Amino acid sequence: MSERKQKTGGIKVRRAICYIVLILISAFCLFWFYILFINATRSNDELGRGFTLVPSTHLVENFNNVFHSSIPVVRGMINSLIVATLTAVLSVYFSTMTAYAIHAYRFKGRKAIFTFILAIMMIPSQVTALGFINLMRDMHLTNSFIPLIIPSIAAPVTFFFMKQYMDSNLPGSLLEAARMDGAGEFMTFNRICLPLMGPAISVQLIFTFVSSWNNYFMPALILDDANKRTLPIQIAMFRSADWLKFDMGQVYAMIAFAIFPVIIVYLILSKNIVGGVTAGGVKE
Amino acid sequence: MKKSSKVTRFNVWGYIFLIPFFVVFFIFQMIPLVKTIYYSFFERYEDGLIVVGPRFVGLENYATLFSNGDLPKYFANTMIMWVLGFVPQIIVSLLLAAWFSNPSLRLKGQRFFKTVIYLPNLIMASAFAMLFFAMFSDSGPINAMLMQMGILSTPYKYFTHTLSTRLIVALMNFLMWFGNTTILLLSGMLGISTDLFEAAEIDGATGTQIFFKITMPLLKPIFVYVLITSLIGGLQMFDVPQILTNGEGFPDRTSMTLIMYLNKHLFSKNYGMAGALSVILLIITGILSFAVFRMTAKDEVD
Repeated sequence: MSERKQKTGGIKVRRAICYIVLILISAFCLFWFYILFINATRSNDELGRGFTLVPSTHLVENFNNVFHSSIPVVRGMINSLIVATLTAVLSVYFSTMTAYAIHAYRFKGRKAIFTFILAIMMIPSQVTALGFINLMRDMHLTNSFIPLIIPSIAAPVTFFFMKQYMDSNLPGSLLEAARMDGAGEFMTFNRICLPLMGPAISVQLIFTFVSSWNNYFMPALILDDANKRTLPIQIAMFRSADWLKFDMGQVYAMIAFAIFPVIIVYLILSKNIVGGVTAGGVKE
Repeated sequence: MKKSSKVTRFNVWGYIFLIPFFVVFFIFQMIPLVKTIYYSFFERYEDGLIVVGPRFVGLENYATLFSNGDLPKYFANTMIMWVLGFVPQIIVSLLLAAWFSNPSLRLKGQRFFKTVIYLPNLIMASAFAMLFFAMFSDSGPINAMLMQMGILSTPYKYFTHTLSTRLIVALMNFLMWFGNTTILLLSGMLGISTDLFEAAEIDGATGTQIFFKITMPLLKPIFVYVLITSLIGGLQMFDVPQILTNGEGFPDRTSMTLIMYLNKHLFSKNYGMAGALSVILLIITGILSFAVFRMTAKDEVD
């Protein structure tokens, strides 16, 4: 009896330690964003006076300064939205189609093609960047969004996720039935397969959107027209501008402008996102 | 006979549905890859408005990369910053995943904690780096906080010291990736049959023993997967140190990564060097990917 009591007592202590550590780690994650918020509400003078955890009253003023600065951030955000949205939609639609080809049909070379797509999965886009930029220059596609959007149609990682999801959620018998009813193959894909892929599609839309939204390396090499630049390029320009001349309140507001919309969307969709990290990933 | 021809007819659609992927792959990845490899054997750079080359030089670009010491130096920088971030990341992730999956702890609020620790992963790395640059600047909030607490008397210049600059990069990589790693390891741990844990507990094994004798060996495949994918990601480290140091890799190029170096050559239009560097990166990534591939591709197609 006493031993048992001791054991439950031990569990309570361990549980308490776990909660304390978890809360500390969470606080450490959120600390940076909290300070960002606080500093975005303070004026340049107030920021010079030191560190505080209490918000001030200059949030609107700082944001106003950002919107009227020499860098067209609203334009940048619209550009980022266009690129990320189109990338996400095209990448997910065609990756699902590619996965469907491998999943639903039995043709010669199917296995080899599947192996090939997996093999090229890990090739980073940076190693082909040199040839890519050259090709885009030859095709007169610099300062265009096309080189940032269209290549995502061939997305092995999204393909793999979709294939995994189909294996457990898209039975062949269902497709067979649609075929019996005389539906064309393309129609079967659009009307039967896509709706059944709903959860996987929403997870991949989010991930593809976010990675395109955050992408800095390739857009910086492709876009240099001031009205075509995306948000990450503008952040880099902000960084390389003469730092000391800046109103620091404005600097924090600019960073907040880039970060907080993503945080808000994340909090709304977090259930999908956190669950989706592993859904199509490694199999144990 | 009739049936089999009908089946074959349907299956032609397999090829049709593969067309978009392969057309796009061929134009936007295959041709660029061949061009990149091709340029690596040529001398071609721009000196002001004068274009030098292209002139075939064989392996000279590769020789230059190794002999001028830049490649080894930037490779070492990249690996040091990766290790500094990865070691705490894997330790914290293992600990958290073990807690979340432990049935006797029954921790509440798991969804909240998972949401919070995954958050930094989705943040725009360039904006996050800009934030850290502002936070750790001489008159920034970190120095102000430490001085108000009496820990420092004068501002510490973080970006003039090699170690502190590298640690800030590592800290950011840690923050951005430990949530993701935790969730991957957790899914691996939850996949282990609970019978094993129960049997071990009945036999009187302690929590630590269970962790090292049961969880860890069974977790090895996912652990290796996390390690190698993180290493591949580490080799591609770019956004954070690029923005943090404004592309300079200060102090004295000790935080310059391989991709920052590649980016420099791409901007200055030194195709030969950029090509050779790309090919080397491709080979390293290829070897690492092969290891991951061997693990994930097993028996995928029946």
